[in-house]
Amino acid sequence: MKASMAKKSGHGMVIPGRKIERNNLLLKLKDGKYLLLMVLPAFIYYILFKYIPMWGVLISFQRYSPFKGFYGSPWVGLQHYQIFFKSPFWWRCVRNTLLLSLYSILWSFPAPIIFALVLNEVKNLRFKKLVQTVSYMPHFLSTVVVVGLFYMFLSPNTGPVQKVIVAMGGEKSDLFAQARYFRTIYISSGIWQSTGWGAIIYLAALSNIDPTLYESATIDGASKFQQLKYITIPSIIPTIVIMLLLRLSHVLGVGFEKAFLLQNDANHETSDVLETFVYRTGISGGNYSYGTAIGLLTSVVNLCFLFIFNGISRKISETSLW
Amino acid sequence: MVTSKKITVWDVLRTVFLLLIIVSILYPFLYMISVSLSSNHHVVKNDITFYPKGLQFDVYKIVLRDDRILLAYKNTIIYTVAGTALSLFLTTIAGYALSKKNRLPFYNVINSMMIATMFFSGGMIPSYLTVVNVLGLYDNIWAVIVPSCIGTSNVIIMRTFFSQFPAEIEESGRIDGLNDVGVLWYLVLPTSTAILATMGLFYAVGQWNAFFTPLIYLKSQNKFPLQIILRQIVMRSQMEDNAILYSAGGNIIPEDSVKYATIFVATAPIIAVYPWLQKYFVKGVMIGSLKG
Repeated sequence: MKASMAKKSGHGMVIPGRKIERNNLLLKLKDGKYLLLMVLPAFIYYILFKYIPMWGVLISFQRYSPFKGFYGSPWVGLQHYQIFFKSPFWWRCVRNTLLLSLYSILWSFPAPIIFALVLNEVKNLRFKKLVQTVSYMPHFLSTVVVVGLFYMFLSPNTGPVQKVIVAMGGEKSDLFAQARYFRTIYISSGIWQSTGWGAIIYLAALSNIDPTLYESATIDGASKFQQLKYITIPSIIPTIVIMLLLRLSHVLGVGFEKAFLLQNDANHETSDVLETFVYRTGISGGNYSYGTAIGLLTSVVNLCFLFIFNGISRKISETSLW
Repeated sequence: MVTSKKITVWDVLRTVFLLLIIVSILYPFLYMISVSLSSNHHVVKNDITFYPKGLQFDVYKIVLRDDRILLAYKNTIIYTVAGTALSLFLTTIAGYALSKKNRLPFYNVINSMMIATMFFSGGMIPSYLTVVNVLGLYDNIWAVIVPSCIGTSNVIIMRTFFSQFPAEIEESGRIDGLNDVGVLWYLVLPTSTAILATMGLFYAVGQWNAFFTPLIYLKSQNKFPLQIILRQIVMRSQMEDNAILYSAGGNIIPEDSVKYATIFVATAPIIAVYPWLQKYFVKGVMIGSLKG
């Protein structure tokens, strides 16, 4: 039986390669037709909602009008890009976006790592479980609820935070309407919502460390601090690098919802980021091509950042996303 | 050995630090509930700190009888149920097909096409125009369900999970005459309830909390979900709905009470299912991180 199979395939070698491929494909199609059918809806979904929009970025080189459609709208080359870089908005939006990203990498990124390191030291399992249960909770609240709570707590007349400010000798003021507090509110609400949840991945990495390492370190007389420095931190560095790379893959994206919800007429100077600008000009203003141009710039720059940092990381730490 | 059992300064500092974190997360909820349950007098005087003063439930009578909130609640439930069912169905079948790496025709093409969308997207405006102009779904409730119904990372989680299912069992099912749909339905899914629950909760929370999609695709007030109405009531009423005065039983209800009560009513379902959320979501995160 085996011999005849081998003979058959051996015989097939003589036939031009294409025919074998076609036969194999037909066999594979016949065998996998139900699998193909199952993946079909997702395939259509990706074409409709991901790939048509990718093709749609071409309208950034057009003066797109919904009435003329994609094929009827005139091409204008780089006109929208030139307008953007000549407008006062480009620097304001890029600066605000980059500063928010920078501050979030500086403050929001290390928070879950520190939290996980502290929590990992807790020996009382019930207390540990309690802290975890409570700290994960804000992750499940909507952005509207989180921003709403901050809004109420900072409200100039009745907000409890104002009571604290007054008690410490300060004066009541509308913190939401002042441009200089926008970044603080943005970053601190992010830390409040995401620190606990973000720690999960680090806690998992910490629990994978071989306990015998600590035992032998203790026998060798290593202090707690030395154990942290030479065992704990090096063990979670790969996880930190991966998370940092993922964070860096959207340096120019700070999340539309939060910035939009925290934005008001009084704080535009610091709260206007690329995504809110795209929304305002593109969707509210109907300036579709212009909005698309800025969106495309953002995606391309993000992608470049990802490739650059991934390459650097692969060279330095041998950890990379691919 | 004796010294290591002594309570050190670090133990105390650590416990205090973690307790502070717990308080900072729980206090906003305590305060929110306290204000919403306090009498008007105390809310206006602004002297509530840790517990309700002058307990009353009038504000919930207003909130739960407000047509706007009730309609938004109904809409959110519809979007959440329909969206979750559709998402779960599509993610499951796609994840299962993709877990059969060697048998799915065009596996490489389909898989890379899916992964690529995690790194590059057309952006906000082209996606909007596709839904509005190409598909004509503006102000249509399908626009808040379909465009975000498949999450690539969720498909990957499902793919990873299904690829661990014992191949021999599937093989024996096929020998007994089941096709792939039958194998999935009769053999694989009955043992996959935990992952299905995880995925269902993932999608349900996402849909319950969705704000951006309804913001850009819906226009009619009567189609708005809870999150849009919540924003209107909590964050914009001072500017726009100045004329609205809340009253119950002859008393004027302070705006703050109404706002806190509305936030609470909108969040209560999430808090109610939170124990399950926490249990399943942590599992989901772990499966997802194994083979990102």
